[in-house]
Amino acid sequence: MSALLEVQGLRVAYGGINAVKGIDLHVAAGELIALIGANGAGKTSALKAIAGVLAPAAGRIIYGGQDVTRQPSFRLVQQGLALVPEGRGIFPQLTVEENLQMGAYCRPNDASVHSDLEHVYGLFQRLFERRSQKAGTLSGGEQQMLAIGRALMSRPRLLLLDEPSMGLAPMMVQKIFETVVQVARDGVTTLLVEQNALLALQVSQRAYVLEGGVITLQGQASDLLKDSKVRQAYLGE
Amino acid sequence: MNTLIDWWHRNRRNTRVVWMTFIVVGVLLALLPFAIDAAFGRTWVRIFDFVLLYVMLALGLNIVVGYAGLLDLGYVAFYAVGAYVYALLASAHFDLHLPFWVLLPLGAVIAAGFGVLLGAPTLRLRGDYLAIVTLGFGEIIRIFLNNLDRPYNITNGPQGINLVDPAQLGAFSFSRTQSIGGITFSGAHKYYYLFLALTLLIIFVSIRLERSRIGRAWVAIREDEVAAEAMGINTRNVKLLAFAMGATFGGVSGGLFASFQGFVSPESFGLMDSIMILCMVVLGGMGHVPGVILGALLLTILPEMLRYVGPLQQQWVGRVLVEPADLRMLLFGLALIVVMLLRPAGLLPSTQRRREFKSDNANAPAGTSTTA
Repeated sequence: MSALLEVQGLRVAYGGINAVKGIDLHVAAGELIALIGANGAGKTSALKAIAGVLAPAAGRIIYGGQDVTRQPSFRLVQQGLALVPEGRGIFPQLTVEENLQMGAYCRPNDASVHSDLEHVYGLFQRLFERRSQKAGTLSGGEQQMLAIGRALMSRPRLLLLDEPSMGLAPMMVQKIFETVVQVARDGVTTLLVEQNALLALQVSQRAYVLEGGVITLQGQASDLLKDSKVRQAYLGE
Repeated sequence: MNTLIDWWHRNRRNTRVVWMTFIVVGVLLALLPFAIDAAFGRTWVRIFDFVLLYVMLALGLNIVVGYAGLLDLGYVAFYAVGAYVYALLASAHFDLHLPFWVLLPLGAVIAAGFGVLLGAPTLRLRGDYLAIVTLGFGEIIRIFLNNLDRPYNITNGPQGINLVDPAQLGAFSFSRTQSIGGITFSGAHKYYYLFLALTLLIIFVSIRLERSRIGRAWVAIREDEVAAEAMGINTRNVKLLAFAMGATFGGVSGGLFASFQGFVSPESFGLMDSIMILCMVVLGGMGHVPGVILGALLLTILPEMLRYVGPLQQQWVGRVLVEPADLRMLLFGLALIVVMLLRPAGLLPSTQRRREFKSDNANAPAGTSTTA
């Protein structure tokens, strides 16, 4: 099976401090993969480097069979790699619908944009109800929905989700994860970075555990759920 | 005013109404200089020529500030570049007399180059920091123009360049008074039509840009640059394009200014002029073409009208109590404050800006009551 995304020896450094110390991972087409770890383990840094937001200090990133290391992020988006950043990064002064339309920016404007809009509204009924409202006035959970919906508007081949559960009420987290599973089932390959290890392991197929910038464990999510070290470190046992 | 706008919004889909409106507005604009000439005299025709120049400048700055949200306090530098390109290459100073139709596009292109020159090093700056750098840029250009008379005399320093060639297309001179079909056209009249044609072109380009993909990219950058990049927008190129487009309009108006005035000097391109153009954009309604036009119109005419406060005092009180020059800027400042208090989003804001201000105001009372 050829991987859609392959990361080899990725190192990310801020000044002299190494946040990610050489990790390898791969995501095959159609998979939902989780990257879990504690605060400061380097999850977000790794994801940002993959999305081209941060320049890696070393290593290679291969996406769709091509070396895309050091490519600017806007070019990766045009190739179908969409990042939903931590803290969402929506356009607060634009309406919900304008935000979603902005997500389709790099596609030729055609009728499919409209049908994708319908699709996103189908996934998130709440966004439809609030489509002419300023995005900045949405609740945190709604903003997260909007960020995911907007990323879907670019018709991504690979969706990178950075901590979608951050700062949300438990019910909203449940709702967001249901949608993530739904999106993955629709065929969008997803790499999910998450602090909430239990939820992430429950929805994903495989997972990587990142600790202090190194991958210490990897395997089937169901196996990791049973692993005593994982249970002790991340599931509170 | 508001009923007129509502009427327009109701009927804008009706092609016949739209065309009729265009024709009526066109005829009014064509007759305007004659009406002004008859009512207020030749001076006011010249003032309306300046109104059109300022409309072009304000629309240029509107691209940078209104659309892309990049605060530029040195915009007048591009006006200066356009004016000096024209003046240097069409005057006795170097004894060069290149034709008008070559110099106008050349000035626009060189100004665009300066726009990129300013944009490239400031790509990572925003808000206050960008404002400071652009302010410095504007001053650098002015100081260069002021001092480039030594060791080689390029700009003729503070004396400026006089006897600049008037605009001329073939044998048709825009400066000479001439009778066409029994109607007498003065230079001011002819320049009015030249400026009007270019203003309409710039309005057309502005509106097309606003509704294009590039226009949407500018909105995204204005809102959140990082998120814009995540939408697949090449933020670097799009920002440089905003600077270059804005500078192009400035360069065109600069060339027109030089040909119209026949004289350029560094004095015309100071910080106050940049701020005045910015006021036109902000007062009229940032990012909204009709608002910016209205802003330019009002802020050009108002200071001229306030010149009459001197004679009025003479008439009413018998003598001049306060020098008109002093009172003029005072009343002008007062008018600005009143407008910004009553209509903070501008006189004719875009729907988007109106929304921003409305919700901010709606949130404000709730916020204050909780802190009390």
